Amino acid sequence: MIEILTTGLPNTVQDLGRPGHLALGVSHGGAMDKEALATANLMLGNDAGAAGIEVALHPFRLRVHVDTTVAVTGADCAVGIGDRPCPPWWAMTIRAGETLAIDAPRTGARSYIAFVGGLDLPPVMGSRATDVKGGFGGLGGRGLSRGDRLALNPVQCRFPAGGIGAALEERRDAADGFASAIELRVLPAAEFDAFTPDAQAAFTGSEWTITNDANRMGYRLAGVTLSLLSPLELLSHGIVPGTVQVPPSGQPIIQLADANTCGGYPKIATVIEADLWRLAQAPIGARLRFLPVSVETSTQALRTILKRRHDFVAARNLMAGRLRPA
Amino acid sequence: MAAKAPHISLAGSGALLLDGAQGAAFSDATQELVWAVANAALALAGVRETVPGMNNLLVLFDPLTTDADSIGEQLKSLWAGVDARAVVGTHHTIPVTYGGAHGEDLAGWAAHCGMAVDEVVSRHAAATYTVAAIGAMPGFPYLSGLDPRLSWPRRSSPRLKVAEGAVIIGGAQAGIMPMTAPSGWHIVGHTGTRLFKPEAQTPVLFMPGDKIRFTVAGIEA
Repeated sequence: MIEILTTGLPNTVQDLGRPGHLALGVSHGGAMDKEALATANLMLGNDAGAAGIEVALHPFRLRVHVDTTVAVTGADCAVGIGDRPCPPWWAMTIRAGETLAIDAPRTGARSYIAFVGGLDLPPVMGSRATDVKGGFGGLGGRGLSRGDRLALNPVQCRFPAGGIGAALEERRDAADGFASAIELRVLPAAEFDAFTPDAQAAFTGSEWTITNDANRMGYRLAGVTLSLLSPLELLSHGIVPGTVQVPPSGQPIIQLADANTCGGYPKIATVIEADLWRLAQAPIGARLRFLPVSVETSTQALRTILKRRHDFVAARNLMAGRLRPA
Repeated sequence: MAAKAPHISLAGSGALLLDGAQGAAFSDATQELVWAVANAALALAGVRETVPGMNNLLVLFDPLTTDADSIGEQLKSLWAGVDARAVVGTHHTIPVTYGGAHGEDLAGWAAHCGMAVDEVVSRHAAATYTVAAIGAMPGFPYLSGLDPRLSWPRRSSPRLKVAEGAVIIGGAQAGIMPMTAPSGWHIVGHTGTRLFKPEAQTPVLFMPGDKIRFTVAGIEA
């Protein structure tokens, strides 16, 4: 059992989401930064998709009522377990009665907490992810409140005394606080050719800023006004997370994990799946740049991520095999 | 008559969008083709999900086991050759209380259409609607079949909250809100029928191809 002490409603139970139900109008959802949650779970010997907590509003504190092991990944935050500091991207044991505290990020935007065995909640439509818009999944389909109690699946874990950590190669550039604009790799989408040459050039040639209107559904951006060659009326069509729409205002919207499953605005591009974590970790006010890439680059980036997950599990199993049960 | 080939575009490296409308108005015949291709494409190796839209189809696939070129060619063949016999859908009857506090745009709708309130209501309840697609939010039906004289362009600014059960009009389309959510459509009535039950075996009441009739449970001023 864990008990939430300090939180905000944007903080939710998440796993890797519920793909497969778009045709019912149900978003994929799941962690905005799926690699961060997956890595936290893999550090603990969980399935990558075990349910944990996505913290989008810091500070966050919880108390555990059993001895367990937790992993904290995602944004670069000061993390404390009891009176012990915990390095970023680290997994450590925590004793019954102790608190886990996560301070506001130095860089990044979202933290992930995984627990050995995962949070014990009933799956809804195949997932424990909270769908706030639909009001289902996670803890009653809502964000976490002070005093909420969540059960943990009881699982034995073999774990080294000092804990273990993980470092992901592509996050090194995130460690400098995104001093330069965040680069997002994109593929052109259905209406790319319907934009003026100036708009096409400005889309990839200029910088964009994430406005206050940014949440799990999507981010509105501010920058150059993107114009169509002529007005376009589209019928409603299915969209995927990462779709960059341009409404009549000319200011793009990037649709994200909890986006509506159908939309009607012209689509200029799609952010590749392997780069969606960069958006998850980009705070309001962050600057973005879009970099056109090939389908091969996009696919290779996905392949690299899956291979790393596989290698990580193998390495952890090798290490755990040398340990006695905690 | 062979259907016009769809325009196919990338939606990231793991999805293709097939546009069967290409700027034309919504067509029921094209929509039947969309449903048929959506079902048939689920059998293609590597295809993960198919998402019927309005005269278009989004197909998600695993880019690590197949690729856009191969899936695109197979979808073109299906589009040209699939048996698009009309889907036999379920018939639903939805009781609606028109107007009142939960149908606040009823009088404005009648005024826009240049009709008496009773007439817009009876025309709305006289038509048989087809569920063209489910989407945007869980269980939301895009309904075709609205009497063209009842169409009403969407609001210029969406309401931040439209209640679950709201019976709504957006341009030439009709709909029902499955949950309380923002919407730019007009609210003309209210029903107690639940469209989305996430814990149920079949979470969504309507499926593409289903037919819907509205019945008048009451008209409130």
